[in-house]
Amino acid sequence: MKQIEFSLSRWMEGSGPETEIVISSRVRAARNIRGHSFPCLASEEGTKAVLEIIGVASSEKPDFSDFIYTPMNDLSAIEKQALVEKHLISPFLAEESKNGALMLRGDEAVGIMINEEDHLRIQTILPGLQLEEAWQETGRYDDVLESELDYAFDDRYGYLTACPTNLGTGLRVSVMLHLPALIMTRQINRFLGALSQVGLTIRGLYGEGTEIIGNLVQVSNQATLGQTEEEIISNLQSVIQQVIEQEQNARQAMLDKKRAELADQAWRALGLLRHARVMSSQEAMHLISDLRLGYDLGLVKEVDHKLLNELLVLIRPGCLQLLAGRELNDRERNLERPVRIKETLDRYLEHNDAD
Amino acid sequence: MLCQECRRNEANIHIVKNVNGRQSELNLCEDCARKKEELDFSIESQFSLHKLFTSMLNQAAAGSRKTKPGSDTKCSSCNLTLAQFSQIGRLGCSDCVNAFEEKLKPLLRRIHTGCTHTGKVPARFRNRVNKLRELDQLKEELGNQVQNEKFEEAALLRDRIRAMEKEIHLDKSNKGDL
Repeated sequence: MKQIEFSLSRWMEGSGPETEIVISSRVRAARNIRGHSFPCLASEEGTKAVLEIIGVASSEKPDFSDFIYTPMNDLSAIEKQALVEKHLISPFLAEESKNGALMLRGDEAVGIMINEEDHLRIQTILPGLQLEEAWQETGRYDDVLESELDYAFDDRYGYLTACPTNLGTGLRVSVMLHLPALIMTRQINRFLGALSQVGLTIRGLYGEGTEIIGNLVQVSNQATLGQTEEEIISNLQSVIQQVIEQEQNARQAMLDKKRAELADQAWRALGLLRHARVMSSQEAMHLISDLRLGYDLGLVKEVDHKLLNELLVLIRPGCLQLLAGRELNDRERNLERPVRIKETLDRYLEHNDAD
Repeated sequence: MLCQECRRNEANIHIVKNVNGRQSELNLCEDCARKKEELDFSIESQFSLHKLFTSMLNQAAAGSRKTKPGSDTKCSSCNLTLAQFSQIGRLGCSDCVNAFEEKLKPLLRRIHTGCTHTGKVPARFRNRVNKLRELDQLKEELGNQVQNEKFEEAALLRDRIRAMEKEIHLDKSNKGDL
Protein backbone atom coordinates (compact mmCIF):
# COMPACT_ATOMS: atom_id res chain seq x y z
CA MET A 1 0.00 0.00 0.00
CA LYS A 2 1.26 3.46 -0.84
CA GLN A 3 1.86 5.46 2.32
CA ILE A 4 3.27 8.71 1.06
CA GLU A 5 2.80 11.06 -1.86
CA PHE A 6 5.31 13.46 -3.33
CA SER A 7 4.80 16.68 -1.38
CA LEU A 8 6.72 19.88 -0.72
CA SER A 9 8.47 20.13 2.64
CA ARG A 10 8.58 23.42 4.49
CA TRP A 11 12.30 23.90 3.74
CA MET A 12 11.57 23.73 0.01
CA GLU A 13 9.36 26.84 0.14
CA GLY A 14 12.41 29.01 -0.48
CA SER A 15 11.41 31.78 1.91
CA GLY A 16 13.47 33.02 4.85
CA PRO A 17 16.68 35.03 5.29
CA GLU A 18 19.70 34.59 2.97
CA THR A 19 17.89 32.17 0.63
CA GLU A 20 20.09 33.18 -2.30
CA ILE A 21 22.89 31.20 -0.62
CA VAL A 22 21.45 29.26 2.33
CA ILE A 23 18.90 26.73 1.12
CA SER A 24 17.96 25.30 4.50
CA SER A 25 18.83 25.18 8.20
CA ARG A 26 18.57 22.00 10.24
CA VAL A 27 18.79 21.35 13.98
CA ARG A 28 18.53 17.86 15.43
CA ALA A 29 18.74 16.69 19.02
CA ALA A 30 19.63 13.10 19.99
CA ARG A 31 17.83 11.71 23.06
CA ASN A 32 17.60 8.32 24.76
CA ILE A 33 15.43 6.74 27.40
CA ARG A 34 16.97 5.53 30.64
CA GLY A 35 16.85 1.83 31.35
CA HIS A 36 16.61 0.75 27.71
CA SER A 37 19.60 -0.40 25.68
CA PHE A 38 20.46 1.95 22.83
CA PRO A 39 19.15 0.69 19.46
CA CYS A 40 22.49 -0.77 18.25
CA LEU A 41 22.57 -3.20 21.18
CA ALA A 42 18.83 -3.63 21.67
CA SER A 43 16.90 -6.77 20.80
CA GLU A 44 13.84 -6.86 18.57
CA GLU A 45 11.64 -6.72 21.71
CA GLY A 46 13.76 -3.90 23.16
CA THR A 47 13.29 -1.62 20.15
CA LYS A 48 9.59 -2.51 20.03
CA ALA A 49 9.19 -1.54 23.68
CA VAL A 50 10.86 1.84 23.04
CA LEU A 51 8.56 2.41 20.05
CA GLU A 52 5.54 1.75 22.26
CA ILE A 53 6.74 3.98 25.11
CA ILE A 54 7.30 6.88 22.72
CA GLY A 55 4.00 6.18 20.95
CA VAL A 56 2.11 6.36 24.24
CA ALA A 57 3.99 9.48 25.40
CA SER A 58 3.26 11.38 22.20
CA SER A 59 -0.33 10.21 21.66
CA GLU A 60 -1.40 11.81 24.92
CA LYS A 61 -0.04 15.20 23.96
CA PRO A 62 -2.05 17.66 21.83
CA ASP A 63 1.28 19.05 20.53
CA PHE A 64 1.58 15.96 18.35
CA SER A 65 -1.96 16.00 16.96
CA ASP A 66 -0.74 17.24 13.56
CA PHE A 67 1.99 14.60 13.30
CA ILE A 68 1.76 11.52 11.12
CA TYR A 69 3.29 8.33 12.48
CA THR A 70 4.89 5.96 9.98
CA PRO A 71 6.79 2.77 10.86
CA MET A 72 9.66 2.10 8.43
CA ASN A 73 8.39 -1.47 7.96
CA ASP A 74 5.23 -0.12 6.33
CA LEU A 75 7.15 1.75 3.62
CA SER A 76 8.46 0.52 0.28
CA ALA A 77 12.13 0.99 -0.57
CA ILE A 78 11.14 3.80 -2.96
CA GLU A 79 9.12 5.65 -0.33
CA LYS A 80 11.98 5.45 2.14
CA GLN A 81 14.44 6.66 -0.47
CA ALA A 82 12.20 9.64 -1.26
CA LEU A 83 12.11 10.58 2.44
CA VAL A 84 15.92 10.41 2.57
CA GLU A 85 16.16 12.61 -0.53
CA LYS A 86 13.94 15.20 1.15
CA HIS A 87 16.28 15.01 4.20
CA LEU A 88 13.36 13.95 6.42
CA ILE A 89 14.99 10.69 7.53
CA SER A 90 18.57 9.42 7.60
CA PRO A 91 19.79 6.59 5.35
CA PHE A 92 20.43 4.67 8.58
CA LEU A 93 16.78 4.86 9.68
CA ALA A 94 15.64 3.84 6.19
CA GLU A 95 17.95 0.88 5.71
CA GLU A 96 19.35 -0.42 8.97
CA SER A 97 17.06 0.42 11.86
CA LYS A 98 15.16 -2.22 13.83
CA ASN A 99 11.57 -1.06 14.44
CA GLY A 100 12.45 2.40 13.14
CA ALA A 101 9.68 4.94 12.71
CA LEU A 102 9.09 8.54 11.74
CA MET A 103 6.70 11.03 13.29
CA LEU A 104 6.37 13.85 10.80
CA ARG A 105 4.57 17.15 11.32
CA GLY A 106 2.05 18.06 8.61
CA ASP A 107 4.24 20.80 7.12
CA GLU A 108 7.24 18.42 7.12
CA ALA A 109 9.33 20.97 9.04
CA VAL A 110 9.63 18.83 12.19
CA GLY A 111 10.32 15.11 12.17
CA ILE A 112 11.05 12.72 15.00
CA MET A 113 13.01 9.61 14.12
CA ILE A 114 12.50 6.72 16.51
CA ASN A 115 15.06 3.90 16.92
CA GLU A 116 17.64 5.53 14.71
CA GLU A 117 21.14 5.36 16.23
CA ASP A 118 19.49 6.85 19.34
CA HIS A 119 15.97 6.23 20.64
CA LEU A 120 14.94 9.70 19.51
CA ARG A 121 16.22 12.17 16.97
CA ILE A 122 14.15 15.34 16.98
CA GLN A 123 14.83 17.35 13.86
CA THR A 124 13.63 20.66 12.43
CA ILE A 125 14.42 21.87 8.91
CA LEU A 126 13.49 25.39 7.90
CA PRO A 127 14.13 27.33 4.67
CA GLY A 128 16.97 29.87 4.57
CA LEU A 129 19.21 30.77 7.49
CA GLN A 130 16.98 30.14 10.52
CA LEU A 131 19.10 28.19 12.98
CA GLU A 132 17.73 29.81 16.13
CA GLU A 133 14.15 29.29 14.97
CA ALA A 134 14.92 25.66 14.13
CA TRP A 135 16.39 25.12 17.61
CA GLN A 136 13.31 26.67 19.21
CA GLU A 137 11.06 24.23 17.34
CA THR A 138 13.24 21.23 18.16
CA GLY A 139 13.47 22.37 21.79
CA ARG A 140 9.72 22.75 22.05
CA TYR A 141 9.03 19.13 21.12
CA ASP A 142 11.98 18.03 23.23
CA ASP A 143 10.33 19.71 26.26
CA VAL A 144 7.03 17.96 25.59
CA LEU A 145 8.66 14.53 25.26
CA GLU A 146 10.87 15.17 28.29
CA SER A 147 7.80 15.72 30.48
CA GLU A 148 6.60 12.19 29.62
CA LEU A 149 9.83 10.22 29.20
CA ASP A 150 12.70 9.42 31.56
CA TYR A 151 15.58 10.79 29.49
CA ALA A 152 19.07 9.34 29.87
CA PHE A 153 20.98 12.30 31.26
CA ASP A 154 24.20 12.67 33.25
CA ASP A 155 25.33 15.64 35.36
CA ARG A 156 28.67 15.88 33.58
CA TYR A 157 28.09 14.28 30.17
CA GLY A 158 24.68 15.75 29.50
CA TYR A 159 22.29 13.88 27.22
CA LEU A 160 23.63 10.36 26.85
CA THR A 161 23.90 9.18 23.26
CA ALA A 162 25.02 6.00 21.51
CA CYS A 163 27.89 7.72 19.73
CA PRO A 164 30.30 9.56 22.05
CA THR A 165 30.64 12.25 19.36
CA ASN A 166 27.07 13.35 20.24
CA LEU A 167 27.38 13.44 24.05
CA GLY A 168 26.48 16.64 25.88
CA THR A 169 23.88 18.61 23.97
CA GLY A 170 23.26 15.82 21.45
CA LEU A 171 22.89 18.68 19.01
CA ARG A 172 23.80 18.65 15.34
CA VAL A 173 23.25 21.96 13.63
CA SER A 174 23.72 22.29 9.89
CA VAL A 175 23.04 24.45 6.88
CA MET A 176 22.80 23.55 3.22
CA LEU A 177 24.62 26.10 1.09
CA HIS A 178 24.68 26.82 -2.62
CA LEU A 179 28.23 28.02 -3.34
CA PRO A 180 28.68 28.07 -7.12
CA ALA A 181 31.10 31.02 -7.19
CA LEU A 182 33.39 29.73 -4.42
CA ILE A 183 33.43 26.27 -6.00
CA MET A 184 33.96 27.45 -9.59
CA THR A 185 36.82 29.72 -8.55
CA ARG A 186 38.30 26.94 -6.35
CA GLN A 187 38.26 29.30 -3.35
CA ILE A 188 36.25 26.64 -1.50
CA ASN A 189 39.45 24.70 -0.85
CA ARG A 190 40.68 27.47 1.44
CA PHE A 191 37.55 27.09 3.54
CA LEU A 192 37.85 23.36 4.04
CA GLY A 193 40.82 23.59 6.36
CA ALA A 194 39.62 26.75 8.07
CA LEU A 195 36.22 25.24 8.86
CA SER A 196 37.63 22.17 10.56
CA GLN A 197 39.87 24.39 12.66
CA VAL A 198 36.83 26.10 14.15
CA GLY A 199 35.12 22.77 14.84
CA LEU A 200 32.92 22.57 11.75
CA THR A 201 32.67 19.92 9.04
CA ILE A 202 31.76 20.34 5.41
CA ARG A 203 30.16 17.52 3.44
CA GLY A 204 28.26 16.80 0.24
CA LEU A 205 24.51 16.96 -0.08
CA TYR A 206 23.66 13.61 1.48
CA GLY A 207 26.04 13.47 4.41
CA GLU A 208 29.32 11.79 5.20
CA GLY A 209 31.15 10.27 2.24
CA THR A 210 28.99 11.96 -0.38
CA GLU A 211 30.52 14.17 -3.04
CA ILE A 212 29.69 17.75 -3.90
CA ILE A 213 27.04 17.80 -6.65
CA GLY A 214 25.27 20.86 -7.98
CA ASN A 215 27.54 23.17 -5.96
CA LEU A 216 25.68 22.23 -2.77
CA VAL A 217 27.45 21.63 0.53
CA GLN A 218 26.41 21.01 4.11
CA VAL A 219 28.27 22.64 6.98
CA SER A 220 27.71 21.40 10.53
CA ASN A 221 29.17 21.45 14.05
CA GLN A 222 31.44 18.65 15.30
CA ALA A 223 31.65 19.21 19.03
CA THR A 224 28.52 18.73 21.13
CA LEU A 225 30.01 18.66 24.65
CA GLY A 226 31.34 21.70 26.51
CA GLN A 227 29.29 24.35 24.72
CA THR A 228 25.70 25.44 25.20
CA GLU A 229 23.18 25.02 22.38
CA GLU A 230 23.22 28.79 21.88
CA GLU A 231 27.02 28.83 21.61
CA ILE A 232 27.00 26.00 19.06
CA ILE A 233 24.41 27.85 16.99
CA SER A 234 26.05 31.27 17.15
CA ASN A 235 29.44 29.75 16.29
CA LEU A 236 28.03 28.16 13.12
CA GLN A 237 25.96 31.24 12.35
CA SER A 238 28.94 33.60 12.47
CA VAL A 239 31.06 31.36 10.24
CA ILE A 240 28.18 31.02 7.77
CA GLN A 241 27.81 34.81 7.65
CA GLN A 242 31.44 35.00 6.53
CA VAL A 243 30.98 32.27 3.93
CA ILE A 244 27.91 34.14 2.62
CA GLU A 245 29.94 37.33 2.33
CA GLN A 246 32.76 35.55 0.47
CA GLU A 247 30.33 33.85 -1.89
CA GLN A 248 28.63 37.18 -2.58
CA ASN A 249 31.98 38.84 -3.34
CA ALA A 250 32.96 36.00 -5.64
CA ARG A 251 29.58 36.20 -7.41
CA GLN A 252 29.92 39.95 -7.87
CA ALA A 253 33.43 39.56 -9.30
CA MET A 254 32.16 36.95 -11.76
CA LEU A 255 29.22 39.15 -12.69
CA ASP A 256 31.47 42.16 -13.34
CA LYS A 257 33.75 40.18 -15.63
CA LYS A 258 31.43 37.70 -17.31
CA ARG A 259 27.86 38.94 -17.19
CA ALA A 260 26.98 37.75 -20.69
CA GLU A 261 28.52 34.32 -20.16
CA LEU A 262 26.66 33.83 -16.87
CA ALA A 263 23.37 34.86 -18.46
CA ASP A 264 24.09 32.48 -21.33
CA GLN A 265 24.86 29.67 -18.90
CA ALA A 266 21.61 30.21 -16.99
CA TRP A 267 19.44 30.47 -20.11
CA ARG A 268 21.09 27.40 -21.62
CA ALA A 269 20.34 25.58 -18.40
CA LEU A 270 16.68 26.57 -18.58
CA GLY A 271 16.58 25.54 -22.23
CA LEU A 272 18.09 22.14 -21.54
CA LEU A 273 15.89 21.55 -18.52
CA ARG A 274 12.80 22.29 -20.64
CA HIS A 275 13.73 20.52 -23.81
CA ALA A 276 16.22 17.71 -23.18
CA ARG A 277 14.85 14.17 -23.49
CA VAL A 278 17.48 12.13 -21.65
CA MET A 279 19.07 13.42 -18.47
CA SER A 280 21.17 12.00 -15.61
CA SER A 281 20.62 13.32 -12.11
CA GLN A 282 24.15 14.78 -12.06
CA GLU A 283 23.45 16.79 -15.19
CA ALA A 284 20.12 17.96 -13.79
CA MET A 285 21.73 19.03 -10.49
CA HIS A 286 24.33 20.94 -12.42
CA LEU A 287 21.75 22.70 -14.62
CA ILE A 288 19.57 23.59 -11.63
CA SER A 289 22.65 25.13 -10.00
CA ASP A 290 23.38 27.22 -13.14
CA LEU A 291 19.76 28.36 -13.28
CA ARG A 292 19.70 29.17 -9.56
CA LEU A 293 22.84 31.28 -9.91
CA GLY A 294 21.31 33.10 -12.89
CA TYR A 295 18.16 33.80 -10.89
CA ASP A 296 20.10 34.97 -7.84
CA LEU A 297 22.16 37.34 -10.01
CA GLY A 298 18.99 38.78 -11.55
CA LEU A 299 19.84 37.42 -15.00
CA VAL A 300 16.79 35.12 -15.23
CA LYS A 301 13.55 36.28 -13.65
CA GLU A 302 11.22 33.54 -14.83
CA VAL A 303 11.87 31.10 -11.96
CA ASP A 304 12.10 31.27 -8.16
CA HIS A 305 13.60 29.41 -5.20
CA LYS A 306 10.52 27.31 -4.51
CA LEU A 307 10.52 25.95 -8.06
CA LEU A 308 14.30 25.36 -7.98
CA ASN A 309 14.03 23.47 -4.67
CA GLU A 310 11.16 21.38 -5.97
CA LEU A 311 13.23 20.47 -9.04
CA LEU A 312 16.24 19.68 -6.88
CA VAL A 313 14.27 17.03 -5.03
CA LEU A 314 12.02 15.60 -7.74
CA ILE A 315 14.95 14.69 -9.99
CA ARG A 316 16.35 12.30 -7.35
CA PRO A 317 15.84 8.59 -8.07
CA GLY A 318 13.47 7.88 -5.15
CA CYS A 319 11.20 10.87 -5.73
CA LEU A 320 11.16 10.22 -9.47
CA GLN A 321 9.99 6.65 -8.92
CA LEU A 322 7.48 7.80 -6.33
CA LEU A 323 6.02 10.24 -8.86
CA ALA A 324 5.99 7.61 -11.60
CA GLY A 325 4.33 5.17 -9.22
CA ARG A 326 6.61 2.30 -10.19
CA GLU A 327 10.19 1.06 -10.13
CA LEU A 328 12.42 2.51 -12.84
CA ASN A 329 15.86 1.32 -13.87
CA ASP A 330 18.76 3.69 -14.61
CA ARG A 331 17.84 4.31 -18.22
CA GLU A 332 14.11 4.65 -17.49
CA ARG A 333 14.90 7.22 -14.84
CA ASN A 334 17.00 9.21 -17.29
CA LEU A 335 13.98 9.28 -19.62
CA GLU A 336 11.42 10.01 -16.88
CA ARG A 337 13.47 12.83 -15.34
CA PRO A 338 13.18 15.37 -18.21
CA VAL A 339 9.44 14.62 -18.50
CA ARG A 340 8.87 15.52 -14.85
CA ILE A 341 11.15 18.56 -15.03
CA LYS A 342 9.35 19.90 -18.11
CA GLU A 343 5.96 19.27 -16.55
CA THR A 344 6.92 21.17 -13.40
CA LEU A 345 8.58 24.04 -15.29
CA ASP A 346 5.68 24.42 -17.71
CA ARG A 347 3.10 24.35 -14.95
CA TYR A 348 5.03 27.04 -13.17
CA LEU A 349 5.80 29.25 -16.17
CA GLU A 350 2.19 29.12 -17.38
CA HIS A 351 0.93 29.98 -13.93
CA ASN A 352 3.21 33.01 -13.85
CA ASP A 353 2.13 34.12 -17.34
CA ALA A 354 -1.48 34.01 -16.20
CA ASP A 355 -0.64 36.29 -13.31
CA MET B 1 28.72 12.60 -26.12
CA LEU B 2 29.22 15.99 -24.49
CA CYS B 3 30.91 16.43 -21.12
CA GLN B 4 28.29 16.25 -18.35
CA GLU B 5 30.06 18.94 -16.39
CA CYS B 6 30.64 21.80 -18.86
CA ARG B 7 28.47 20.46 -21.70
CA ARG B 8 30.75 22.18 -24.22
CA ASN B 9 33.64 19.77 -24.91
CA GLU B 10 33.53 16.18 -26.06
CA ALA B 11 33.52 13.76 -23.12
CA ASN B 12 36.48 11.42 -23.42
CA ILE B 13 36.87 10.29 -19.82
CA HIS B 14 34.48 7.83 -18.24
CA ILE B 15 34.53 7.74 -14.43
CA VAL B 16 32.83 5.02 -12.43
CA LYS B 17 32.65 5.79 -8.75
CA ASN B 18 31.62 3.56 -5.90
CA VAL B 19 30.78 5.39 -2.67
CA ASN B 20 29.54 3.12 0.12
CA GLY B 21 28.29 0.56 -2.38
CA ARG B 22 26.50 3.12 -4.54
CA GLN B 23 27.76 3.29 -8.06
CA SER B 24 27.70 6.47 -10.08
CA GLU B 25 28.98 7.14 -13.59
CA LEU B 26 30.26 10.31 -15.14
CA ASN B 27 31.35 11.26 -18.64
CA LEU B 28 33.70 14.22 -18.61
CA CYS B 29 36.14 16.11 -20.79
CA GLU B 30 39.77 16.16 -19.69
CA ASP B 31 39.56 19.65 -18.16
CA CYS B 32 36.54 18.92 -16.01
CA ALA B 33 37.82 15.51 -14.96
CA ARG B 34 41.02 17.10 -13.66
CA LYS B 35 39.11 19.78 -11.76
CA LYS B 36 36.75 17.23 -10.32
CA GLU B 37 39.55 15.03 -9.12
CA GLU B 38 41.15 17.91 -7.22
CA LEU B 39 37.90 18.84 -5.57
CA ASP B 40 36.82 15.32 -4.65
CA PHE B 41 40.22 14.68 -3.23
CA SER B 42 40.10 17.71 -0.98
CA ILE B 43 36.66 16.73 0.31
CA GLU B 44 37.49 13.11 0.98
CA SER B 45 40.73 13.94 2.71
CA GLN B 46 38.66 15.82 5.27
CA PHE B 47 38.89 13.93 8.46
CA SER B 48 35.97 11.71 9.29
CA LEU B 49 35.11 12.18 12.91
CA HIS B 50 33.74 8.74 13.45
CA LYS B 51 36.70 6.95 11.82
CA LEU B 52 39.14 9.00 13.84
CA PHE B 53 37.22 8.28 17.00
CA THR B 54 37.13 4.51 16.53
CA SER B 55 40.83 4.46 15.75
CA MET B 56 41.57 6.42 18.93
CA LEU B 57 39.40 4.01 20.88
CA ASN B 58 41.26 1.05 19.47
CA GLN B 59 44.53 2.51 20.64
CA ALA B 60 43.03 2.98 24.10
CA ALA B 61 41.70 -0.58 24.15
CA ALA B 62 45.06 -2.01 23.07
CA GLY B 63 46.74 -0.05 25.85
CA SER B 64 44.35 -1.35 28.46
CA ARG B 65 44.86 -5.00 27.46
CA LYS B 66 48.57 -4.62 27.97
CA THR B 67 48.19 -3.32 31.49
CA LYS B 68 45.41 -5.67 32.61
CA PRO B 69 45.72 -8.99 30.80
CA GLY B 70 42.61 -11.15 30.89
CA SER B 71 40.33 -8.60 32.46
CA ASP B 72 38.17 -6.58 30.09
CA THR B 73 36.22 -3.57 31.35
CA LYS B 74 32.51 -4.21 30.99
CA CYS B 75 29.28 -2.28 31.50
CA SER B 76 27.32 -4.12 34.20
CA SER B 77 23.96 -2.95 32.84
CA CYS B 78 24.13 -3.91 29.17
CA ASN B 79 27.21 -6.20 29.23
CA LEU B 80 29.00 -4.23 26.51
CA THR B 81 32.75 -4.85 26.82
CA LEU B 82 35.45 -2.26 26.15
CA ALA B 83 36.64 -4.36 23.20
CA GLN B 84 33.15 -4.35 21.67
CA PHE B 85 32.77 -0.66 22.33
CA SER B 86 36.07 0.04 20.59
CA GLN B 87 34.95 -1.99 17.62
CA ILE B 88 31.51 -0.47 17.08
CA GLY B 89 32.31 2.98 18.49
CA ARG B 90 28.89 3.10 20.12
CA LEU B 91 27.83 3.00 23.76
CA GLY B 92 25.17 0.43 24.64
CA CYS B 93 23.10 2.11 27.34
CA SER B 94 22.87 5.05 29.72
CA ASP B 95 25.31 3.42 32.19
CA CYS B 96 28.12 2.90 29.66
CA VAL B 97 29.66 6.38 30.09
CA ASN B 98 30.42 5.56 33.70
CA ALA B 99 31.71 2.07 32.93
CA PHE B 100 34.11 3.32 30.25
CA GLU B 101 34.74 6.77 31.72
CA GLU B 102 38.47 6.27 32.18
CA LYS B 103 38.97 5.45 28.49
CA LEU B 104 36.40 7.89 27.25
CA LYS B 105 37.61 11.04 28.98
CA PRO B 106 40.85 11.69 27.07
CA LEU B 107 39.04 11.00 23.79
CA LEU B 108 36.19 13.34 24.64
CA ARG B 109 38.74 16.03 25.39
CA ARG B 110 40.06 15.67 21.86
CA ILE B 111 36.79 15.67 19.94
CA HIS B 112 34.76 18.13 22.02
CA THR B 113 35.31 21.65 23.34
CA GLY B 114 35.14 20.51 26.96
CA CYS B 115 34.49 17.53 29.19
CA THR B 116 31.46 18.88 31.04
CA HIS B 117 28.01 19.54 29.70
CA THR B 118 27.06 23.21 29.98
CA GLY B 119 23.87 23.25 27.87
CA LYS B 120 20.21 22.39 28.30
CA VAL B 121 19.15 20.29 31.29
CA PRO B 122 15.87 18.33 31.60
CA ALA B 123 13.53 19.88 34.19
CA ARG B 124 13.87 16.95 36.60
CA PHE B 125 17.65 17.40 36.79
CA ARG B 126 17.70 21.19 36.78
CA ASN B 127 17.80 21.81 40.50
CA ARG B 128 20.65 19.40 41.07
CA VAL B 129 22.69 20.44 38.00
CA ASN B 130 22.32 24.13 38.90
CA LYS B 131 23.71 23.36 42.36
CA LEU B 132 26.60 21.40 40.83
CA ARG B 133 27.38 24.24 38.44
CA GLU B 134 27.30 26.71 41.33
CA LEU B 135 29.55 24.40 43.33
CA ASP B 136 32.10 24.34 40.49
CA GLN B 137 32.09 28.12 40.46
CA LEU B 138 32.63 28.33 44.21
CA LYS B 139 35.54 25.89 43.99
CA GLU B 140 37.15 28.00 41.31
CA GLU B 141 36.66 31.09 43.46
CA LEU B 142 38.18 29.27 46.43
CA GLY B 143 41.28 28.51 44.39
CA ASN B 144 41.61 32.18 43.48
CA GLN B 145 41.22 33.33 47.10
CA VAL B 146 43.88 30.89 48.28
CA GLN B 147 46.22 31.99 45.53
CA ASN B 148 45.70 35.62 46.56
CA GLU B 149 46.28 34.67 50.21
CA LYS B 150 42.82 35.85 51.26
CA PHE B 151 42.48 33.09 53.81
CA GLU B 152 39.54 34.43 55.81
CA GLU B 153 37.35 34.66 52.71
CA ALA B 154 38.65 31.27 51.63
CA ALA B 155 37.60 29.67 54.92
CA LEU B 156 34.08 31.04 54.51
CA LEU B 157 33.92 29.71 50.99
CA ARG B 158 35.18 26.31 52.11
CA ASP B 159 32.35 26.07 54.65
CA ARG B 160 29.78 27.00 52.01
CA ILE B 161 31.22 24.38 49.66
CA ARG B 162 31.07 21.69 52.35
CA ALA B 163 27.47 22.54 53.17
CA MET B 164 26.53 22.42 49.49
CA GLU B 165 28.31 19.14 48.93
CA LYS B 166 26.43 17.62 51.82
CA GLU B 167 23.13 18.92 50.46
CA ILE B 168 23.83 17.53 46.98
CA HIS B 169 24.88 14.21 48.47
CA LEU B 170 21.66 14.04 50.50
CA ASP B 171 19.63 14.81 47.37
CA LYS B 172 21.33 11.95 45.65
CA SER B 173 20.70 9.36 48.36
CA ASN B 174 17.09 10.46 48.78
CA LYS B 175 16.15 10.39 45.13
CA GLY B 176 17.99 7.35 43.84
CA ASP B 177 19.28 8.11 40.37
CA LEU B 178 18.93 11.86 40.82
